[in-house]
Amino acid sequence: MSSRGRVTTRPSLTTRQHELVSAAGFVVPAVAIMGVFIIYPAIATLVLSFLDSDGNFVGLQNFIQVLSHEHTLNLSRFLSGESPPWGSLIHNGLWVIVHLPITLILGLVLATLLHNIKGGPTIKAIIFIGMVVPMVVGGVLIRFIFDAGSGIVPNFLSALGVEGLVTRTWTAFPQTSLAALILGSILLWTGFSLTMHSSGLSTIPKDFYESAEVDGAGVFTKFTKITVPMLAPVTSVVIAMTLLWEIKIFDIVYAATEGGPGGSSMVLSFQMYRYAFRQLNHNLAATVATILSAFTLLVGMWLLRRNREV
Amino acid sequence: MSTTIQALKKKVTPLRATQYVVAYAFAVLWLIPFVGILVASVSPFREVVRGWWTVNLANASLDNFIGAWSHATMPIGQGMVNSFIVTVPATIIPLILGSMAAYGFLRYRFPLRKSLFVIIILLLAIPQHMVAVPLFRIMQSLGMINTFQGLIVAHTAWGMPWVILFMRGYFSTLPIEIEEAARIEGAGSARIFFGVIVPMSWPGLASVFALQFSWVWNDFFLALITLYHPDMLVATQRIPLLRGQFHVDWGVLTAAAVITTLVPLLVFVLLQKYYVRGFIGFASK
Repeated sequence: MSSRGRVTTRPSLTTRQHELVSAAGFVVPAVAIMGVFIIYPAIATLVLSFLDSDGNFVGLQNFIQVLSHEHTLNLSRFLSGESPPWGSLIHNGLWVIVHLPITLILGLVLATLLHNIKGGPTIKAIIFIGMVVPMVVGGVLIRFIFDAGSGIVPNFLSALGVEGLVTRTWTAFPQTSLAALILGSILLWTGFSLTMHSSGLSTIPKDFYESAEVDGAGVFTKFTKITVPMLAPVTSVVIAMTLLWEIKIFDIVYAATEGGPGGSSMVLSFQMYRYAFRQLNHNLAATVATILSAFTLLVGMWLLRRNREV
Repeated sequence: MSTTIQALKKKVTPLRATQYVVAYAFAVLWLIPFVGILVASVSPFREVVRGWWTVNLANASLDNFIGAWSHATMPIGQGMVNSFIVTVPATIIPLILGSMAAYGFLRYRFPLRKSLFVIIILLLAIPQHMVAVPLFRIMQSLGMINTFQGLIVAHTAWGMPWVILFMRGYFSTLPIEIEEAARIEGAGSARIFFGVIVPMSWPGLASVFALQFSWVWNDFFLALITLYHPDMLVATQRIPLLRGQFHVDWGVLTAAAVITTLVPLLVFVLLQKYYVRGFIGFASK
C-alpha cells in the first residue's frame, strides 16, 4: 500500500519479492495440505448437502428430509413422555442441557475447593485422567460402570434397595442408555473445566480475598463476588469448548452403545457416520455434517467475538 | 507457642475440615471407575462378572493382558505397533510444517494473509464429520485408503490449524531483537527460523508435541474412515471389536483399554506441565 505513493526503487522491489518467496516457503506447505485435505473437503460436503445422489441441485430438500425424519427429531414421542429414541437432535440437546451446567459448576467448585489444599494437585490430576484416556476407552468405561453384573452403579443402587430399570445394564435398554452416556461423559469431561478454572484462580491476586475478609465476607460471598466474576473470561472459554465437545460427541457413543438400542442414544455425529459409511447415502450424510458444523461454527464465532471484547 | 496454637486453630476450622472431606470424597469418587478397570484387567472373567469389588486379588494375573495382546482375531499388540507407525510421523510433520507456517503468518506480510488466518481459526470449530465423505473420496482416488500414509496425511492436515494458532501465539512472545541481530549478520530466513527461533521455542514445541501425539493416538474417527483391513487397524479401532459376541469379555476388554491408555497417560505424566499449558493456550486462543 505505502509503495503506491512513492517511486519504488529497484532494490526495494527485489527485497519485497525476496520476502514473498520466503513467506511462501514458510506458509505454502501447511496451507496446501490444509487446502486439499480439509478446506476443499469441507466445501465439497457443503455442496453435497444441496445435491441429490445424481448430482442435481435440490435446494433445501435434503435438510427438510433430515430434519423431518424421526431419526433426527421425534418431538411427539419426546413430549408424550415415552422412552427414547427422541431423535438425535433432542439427544444432543439433552446432552448440552445436562452435561454443560454440571461439568461447568462442578469444575469451578472443585477448582476452588482444591486451590489451597494438601494433595490438591494430585486430586486434580486424578480427575483430569478422564481427559487423557482415549474417548473409545471412555466408552468402554461407561459400559463397565453401568453393567448389571460387573458395574458399580446398578449394584450400588440395588444394594440400596432400589428396584427396576436402574439395576439392569443401563446401556442395553432404551430407557437408560442415553442417561448412562451423559452421566458417564460428566466423569470424563469435568477435568477440563477444573483445569481451566484452576489455572484462572492462580491469576487472581490474594489481597482481593484478604481485603474481602477484612470487610467480613464469608466463603460464599467471596466465591460469588470475587471468584466467579474474576473467572468469567475463563468460564466463557470452558462453555464454548464444552459445547463443541457435546455437539461433536462420537467415540464414546460408538464404543458404548452404537447409538442404540433402537436409536435411543443416537447423536448427530453417529447418525452422519451411519448415513455415510453404512447406508452409503453421502448426500444425507453431508447434510447432517453441515447441520453439525452450523452449530459448532455458531459456538466458534461466539467465542471469537467474546474473546475480542474481553 | 501461642502463635502455633493460633495457626493450628486457624487451620482446623469446621469449614476447612469440610473442605478436605468433600475434596477427598470427590477424588475417591473419580478413582473408583478407573480402579475398577484396573482390577478387572488383572482378574479372571468368572470373578469380574460378579462385580470387580468382590474379586480375590490373590488370583490376579496378567492373563488378560496376554490374551488381549495376542488376541486371535484382534490382537491389540498389532494395534499398538500400527498406532506408533501412524502417531510418530503424524506428530512430527505437523509440528514442523505448522510451526513454519505460524512463523510465516507472524513475521511476513503477504496477500490473503488475514483471510487465510480467519479461515484457519474457523477450521478449529468444524467437526471431522464435515470433511469425512470428500476426504474418503480423495483418499480413494489417490489409493490412500488402507494405507498408513493416508491416515498420517489426514492427521497432519487436521492438526495443522491448532499447531499454527498455538505456535503463532508462542512465537509472538519471543524478543524480536535476536532475530534482527541475526538478520543484520546476514542470516537467511531459513537459518533464522531453524537456528534462532526453534532453539528458543522448546517449551512451546513440547506442548504441541504432547497434545498432538495424544490426540492422534486417541483418535478414532479418522482411523475409522481410512483403515479397514483387519491387520491395519490402530489400537483404538480394535477396542470396540474386542467386546465379544455373546457376552462382554471384561477381562480382555479392560486389559486392551489399559494397554491403549498407557501411552497417552505416559505422555501426560512425563510432559504434564507442557500438556496443561498447551491445553490452556489451545482453549484461550
